[in-house]
Amino acid sequence: MSSPAVELLDIHKSFSRVKANDGVNLAVARGEIHALVGENGAGKSTLMKILYGLYAPDRGEIRIDGKPARFRGPADALRAGLGMVHQHFMLVRPFTVVENMLLGREGVPPVLPMDRVAASREIRDLSGRYALDVEPGAVVEDLPVGVQQRAEILRVLLHGASILIFDEPTAVLTPQEATDFFRVLGGLRDQGKTILLITHKLDEVMQVADRVTVMRAGRVVGERAVRDTSPAELARLMVGRDVALGRVEGEAPAGAPVLEVRSLGVRDSRRIARVNSVSFQVRAGEIVGIAGVEGNGQTELVEAIAGLREVEAGTIHMDGRDVTGSRVAQRQRSGLVHVPEDRQRRGLVLEMSLAENLLLGRQRESEFSGRVLLRAEPILRMARRLSEEFDVRPRDVSLKTRDFSGGNQQKIVVARELGRAPRLIVASQPTRGVDIGAIEFIHARLREARDQGVAVLLVSADLREVMSLSDRILVMYGGRVVGEVPGRDAREDRLGTLMLGGAA
Amino acid sequence: MIAPFLSQVLRISVPYLFAALGGTFSERGGTINIALEGILLTSAFAAAVTTYFTHDPWLGLAAAVLAGLLTALLHAVICVTFRADQIVSGIAINLLAAGLTKFLLKEIFGSSSNSPRVEGLPEWHLAGVGGIPVLGDILRSPLLLLAAIGVPVGHFLLYRTPFGLRLRACGEHPEAADALGVSVTRIRYTGILISGAVTALGGAWLALDQHSFTDGMSGGRGYIALAAMIVGKWSPLGAAGGCLLFGAAETLQIRLQGGAVPTQFIQMIPYLLTMVVLAGFIGRAAAPRMSGVPYRKEE
Repeated sequence: MSSPAVELLDIHKSFSRVKANDGVNLAVARGEIHALVGENGAGKSTLMKILYGLYAPDRGEIRIDGKPARFRGPADALRAGLGMVHQHFMLVRPFTVVENMLLGREGVPPVLPMDRVAASREIRDLSGRYALDVEPGAVVEDLPVGVQQRAEILRVLLHGASILIFDEPTAVLTPQEATDFFRVLGGLRDQGKTILLITHKLDEVMQVADRVTVMRAGRVVGERAVRDTSPAELARLMVGRDVALGRVEGEAPAGAPVLEVRSLGVRDSRRIARVNSVSFQVRAGEIVGIAGVEGNGQTELVEAIAGLREVEAGTIHMDGRDVTGSRVAQRQRSGLVHVPEDRQRRGLVLEMSLAENLLLGRQRESEFSGRVLLRAEPILRMARRLSEEFDVRPRDVSLKTRDFSGGNQQKIVVARELGRAPRLIVASQPTRGVDIGAIEFIHARLREARDQGVAVLLVSADLREVMSLSDRILVMYGGRVVGEVPGRDAREDRLGTLMLGGAA
Repeated sequence: MIAPFLSQVLRISVPYLFAALGGTFSERGGTINIALEGILLTSAFAAAVTTYFTHDPWLGLAAAVLAGLLTALLHAVICVTFRADQIVSGIAINLLAAGLTKFLLKEIFGSSSNSPRVEGLPEWHLAGVGGIPVLGDILRSPLLLLAAIGVPVGHFLLYRTPFGLRLRACGEHPEAADALGVSVTRIRYTGILISGAVTALGGAWLALDQHSFTDGMSGGRGYIALAAMIVGKWSPLGAAGGCLLFGAAETLQIRLQGGAVPTQFIQMIPYLLTMVVLAGFIGRAAAPRMSGVPYRKEE
C-alpha cells in the first residue's frame, strides 16, 4: 500500500491554559475526501493550522507522501502542495479576483508590471476544468459568498495544491450554494485531489466524505469509513453521549401577548427600507420562529425590537406598553433579552473576561454594584454559577472571552441573556457556528424558557432549527411577512418556496 | 497673471507632494504615519547642515534622504516590530525631531532660530521650454521634476506591480497576505522606509529652496500632507490633487495679504479649506482597512 498523502503523528499543542491537541494521529489517503469532525474547541482548527504551518506544534511529526516535512510558515506548506480554504476567506476584499490570484505568487520581479491578461486566461482555464465559475475581473467584495469561496478554491488550485484543506466551508453558504459546493468537492476528488474537510455538520460528512476522523477534547476518538457508520454513531463519538435534536412540543398553551409588533417599518444604515409593515405577536409560552433567506429584513427587524435601530413606522408593544421609542435599558428592565446574531460584534467584549462579559448589562443592579465600586465577590459567584449551569468550557471566569472557542463564546452570550429571568427572548441565529452538543443544549434552554411562560422570538437561517423549535413559523421575504405556518406541520419544501418569494 | 500664480502653486506644493506620496506608501501597507512632520524636519536639517559643510547641495539631498530613512526606520521599529500605538509613536517622533533639530542648530551654528545661508540646487535653463508655463517650471527645478515624475511612478508601483499588490494587501488584509507567504513585517517596513525617503525629498526642498534651515520650518506641512492623502483617497494621483488644492489655497493666502481683510484671517484660508474638505471627505473616504492595526502572527 502506498503511503498516505498526509500523515500527522502524535501532535501536541498547548495554548496558555488550554491543551488544544493532545497526541493526535491522522492519516489521509491520496484521492479521498477525509472529514475531520468534532465539537467547537475539540482541536480541529488547531490541528489544521499546524498542518498548514501557521502554528508550530509543541511535539509531533508531519509527513507528506511518507516524507517528514517541517513547515515554518504557510509558504512552506504551499510549496509542499498543501492549500487551505479558510472559514473566513483569505481574499482581499477591495481587490479583483485576478489581483487576489496574483498575490503571493513567487518568482516574479516585484516592481515590473503584472501580467493580468495571462493570469485571467489561466483563471478561465482552471475554472473551466473544475467547473468553478468565477469572473476574473470582478471585485471580490461585490461577489456573493458562494462565488467568493470558488475564487478562494481557485487560488489554492492555481498555487498547484494537490492536498486541499477546507475549514468549515459551508458555514457561510446558503443551502443552494452548499449543494453546488459539494458537487465541486466531488469533482476535485475525481481529478485526483486529496481533500481534508473540517466540519461539525454530520449530514455533510455522510453526503460527501469517504472517511471520517472524530476528535474530542484534543484527541482522536475514532476513525471510520463513512459507509460503515451513521450520524448517530458520529454524534455519540463527538459528544461522548447520545444526542437528540428532535422536536418537542410545548407543555402548556400559549398565554397573553408579550410582544406585539404593528405595521413596523425599518430602514438600514444606508436609508434603504428593509422592513415593510410587518405585524405579529409573540405570546407568553410560545416560540415564534422567523424563517427566511438572510438579508430579507430579519436583522433590521430584530434590531428594531431590541432597541438598536430606529423605527420608521408602526409600533412595538411589550406587555401592552408602547416601547417603540424606549431606550435599550428600559426595554431590558421590562424583561427583554437579546441574543445578537453576531456574537463577536454585538454579543461580547472580546478583550474582557468571562465574568465581566456575564456582568454586562447588569452592572447597575445593587447585587453587583455598590455606590461607587463593583462588588467582586457576588460577580464572581454569579459568573461561576452561570458558567457551570451553561457548561462553558474551560470553566475559568478570569479568561478573556477572546480565548474561548466560538461555541463556548455563544454559550456565554446565551448564559448572560437567559440568566436574567426574561419575559421575552429575542434570539438571532442562536446556534450559528456552534457544535451539535451546544446546539442541543441551547435548544433545550429555549424550550425550557418557553415552558416556563417566556415569550421567544427565534430568527434563524437554519430551517431545521426553526422547524424543530417553533410553535409558529413566520416567513420573511423582501422585508414582509409572506406566510405563517404552524410549527408542527411545517414542511421544508413549502417553507423553502415561501422563502424564495413563491406562493405557498 | 495666471502663469506666475501656477508657478507659485507648484513650488509651494513640492513638500506636500513628497510627504503625501510618502504617507500613501506607509498607510497603504497598514501603518499610519503622522511622523511625516518629523521626517520633513530632520531631513531639512540634514540637508542644510551637509550642504553648509560640503558646499554640495546634491550631497545635502543625499543626507536628507538618509535622515528621512533613519527617522522612518525608528517609526517602523516602534510600530511594526514592537506593535506600539502608531499615533503615539508618530507624535513622539515629531516631538523628538523638533527638539533634536533645535538642539543641534544651537550646537552647530550657535543660533536658536536659523542656520547660515547654504547653496541651493541648481536651476536648469533649457532652451525653448523655459518660457512655457507649468512645464517650464517643472523642467527648471530638479526636485519639482522629481515630484512630477514620482507621483505617476508611485501610482504605477502601487497599482500595477506585485510589490504594490502585496503592500496594499498588507494594509487591507494582512492575514491573507501572510497565509500566502508574504512577509507582512518586511512589506510594512519597506512601505514605511519608502515613506521616509520620499518625504525627505520634501524636507530637502524646504531647506534648499530657502537656502537655510529655520527652527520648526516644517510648519505643519506633514499634517497637511496627510490631509491631502486622505482627500486623495490614499492613491498617489489623488493625493497629488489634494496637495495642489492646498498649495493653491496657500498661494492665494500669500497673494491676498496686504489687502483690506486682516492678515490673520487670510492666513486661516488653507487650514479652513483643509477642515472643510476633510469634513466632506473623511466619512466617504475608504482607508486601508487594517491601517493602524499592528499585525500579530499567532493569535
